[in-house]
Amino acid sequence: MSDAHASRQTVIEVRDLRTQFDDFIVHDKLDLDVHQGEILGVVGGSGAGKSVLLRAIIGLKQPSKGVVTVFGENFYEAGEDERLAVERRWGVLFQGGALFSSLTVAQNVMAPIREHLDIEGELARDMAALKISMVGLPAEAGAKYPSELSGGMRKRAGLARALALDPELVFLDEPTAGLDPIGAAKFDELIINLKESLGLTVFMVTHDLDTLHAACDRVAVLAEKRVIECGPLDEVRRADHPWIQEYFSGPRGRAALTAKAS
Amino acid sequence: MTDSGAHFDIDVDSGVLRLTARGDWRAKFLKAIDSRLRDFADDSVGRDLIIDMSGVERLDTAGAMVLQRTFAASDRTSASNIVGASASHKALMTQVVAHLDPCHVMPVHKNAFLAMLERLGRGTRDAYFATMHLLDFIGHTLVTAWRVMTRPSHFRWTSTVHHMEEAGLNAVPIIGLMTFLIGAVVAFMGAKILRLFNAEIFTIELVGISVLREFGVLLTAILIAGRSGSAFTAQIGSMKIREEIDAMRVLGLDPMEVLVLPRVVALVIMLAPIAFVASMLGLLGGLLVSWSAMDISPALFMARFQETVIMNHFWAGLIKAPFFAFVIAVIGCFQGMQVEGSAESLGQRTTLSVVQSLFLVIVIDAFFAMFYLEIDY
Repeated sequence: MSDAHASRQTVIEVRDLRTQFDDFIVHDKLDLDVHQGEILGVVGGSGAGKSVLLRAIIGLKQPSKGVVTVFGENFYEAGEDERLAVERRWGVLFQGGALFSSLTVAQNVMAPIREHLDIEGELARDMAALKISMVGLPAEAGAKYPSELSGGMRKRAGLARALALDPELVFLDEPTAGLDPIGAAKFDELIINLKESLGLTVFMVTHDLDTLHAACDRVAVLAEKRVIECGPLDEVRRADHPWIQEYFSGPRGRAALTAKAS
Repeated sequence: MTDSGAHFDIDVDSGVLRLTARGDWRAKFLKAIDSRLRDFADDSVGRDLIIDMSGVERLDTAGAMVLQRTFAASDRTSASNIVGASASHKALMTQVVAHLDPCHVMPVHKNAFLAMLERLGRGTRDAYFATMHLLDFIGHTLVTAWRVMTRPSHFRWTSTVHHMEEAGLNAVPIIGLMTFLIGAVVAFMGAKILRLFNAEIFTIELVGISVLREFGVLLTAILIAGRSGSAFTAQIGSMKIREEIDAMRVLGLDPMEVLVLPRVVALVIMLAPIAFVASMLGLLGGLLVSWSAMDISPALFMARFQETVIMNHFWAGLIKAPFFAFVIAVIGCFQGMQVEGSAESLGQRTTLSVVQSLFLVIVIDAFFAMFYLEIDY
């Protein structure tokens, strides 16, 4: 695993991670680094533990062994205040958007602004409007309830909420799953755009080969309970692990590649 | 050089306003200056404005947004400009400039009176349709039951037995405990009040008749409605959400036959035996209290019980059980079928299922009471 980015600052550092549900071990001896300012795509077969890895990093699934360090803070051993400080520096987009169903989109985006910055009224509204517009939602969407939105809009709204506090690090759980190809391509574009203008670091779990090609700086492949390959897509694709070969050289993998080339 | 936080100064230089921003313009420091900045923006409408950002040390999208907002209020002729921004700050300023339009926060509300009328109308219409749908569903259940009776091979035995255990048998301990306690409480009350008339011995009739006629079966029905009726709604409702019901239909399986009928039959079969057990435990509670609080020995209790509490009371209670069971099961399944899309709807329907079945159970009970009174049973 050659690593061209080793000199850059590491935002997330996972060492010797083990997670398990009762006797079922999901990850074992898993190492992973995420560097500042990159988009890391995490791929793996269904049930390989991609989402569990994400949950372990953001503090929702206690590992049974190993160390997770985010912004230099060992998350599972940090005190309440340190954890909160770290949590305010990241934003998470869950698979279905995870919007609060009793609040409108604008209120959803304003929720963290209110809670953490203690900002109310017009300023909060302006900040929410900015984020809602930045993720490509029309102004009318702000007054809608999550149940009135389509899947794609819900994801955008979830992203707007994740970005509410101007996080340095964003976690995306299958951001393009369930979107039509046009919507998915737009979402890729949006993420690249935001990364460039806001200097975001992005940790993205995805199944979408097109997203990998279009958006990700590095790709981590999850198999056999650990990260078997991690690096730029072109390097990872050449690795001769059977799953990787099948993944990237299957009909869909090739299609995505030709699409990228053209 | 400056203390932390966002600051700005305003000068006028030959008719051109000049806003000099200094310090940390990140979201958390903006609260302090936002209203001052807004006032300034109101004043600067139609004038030329230069925003000098060279003193800005840190900036995020919110800071960029308020600066751009302020700038947008000015005249924006060639004399207006934003100067002194570092490259990264400039990128942020460019990023937000296209996104300054305000957005809606809450849906627009209609006239309150009209909204009330609308709610009233909708409520009435919904109540009407809900009743019609329920009647339709009951009819559908009965037709399905008839069809299955003529073709017994279509009856789902396994499922029925499963629900008999799940919804019926498993509820016995809690129901038994409850009626036992109620029997004891009734006996206590009877003992206390009847003692005033020196008629403690009538406690036996009090306990016997109230438990057999009402408490045994009514408490059973209430607990089953809360426990199993709601479970039916939740089970069928979550299947509805996951499109399992639709899948059944297109596979040629009739959900009425597969899901509804076994549940209804299971409850109708089980409620009477459970009510029987419950009544017996209620009597036991009464007996133990009579014994301990009033020195009425079990033997005396039994003798007097046999003598004075006639069999009619027993049947009067138990006959109600299948009716209660039918209502509880049908409403549980009906509300489950009415679930649409979201988990929120599932919660609403589950609540509604319990409320409706409790209401109907008590209404039916009242009807029975009147009926028995009329026929002197």
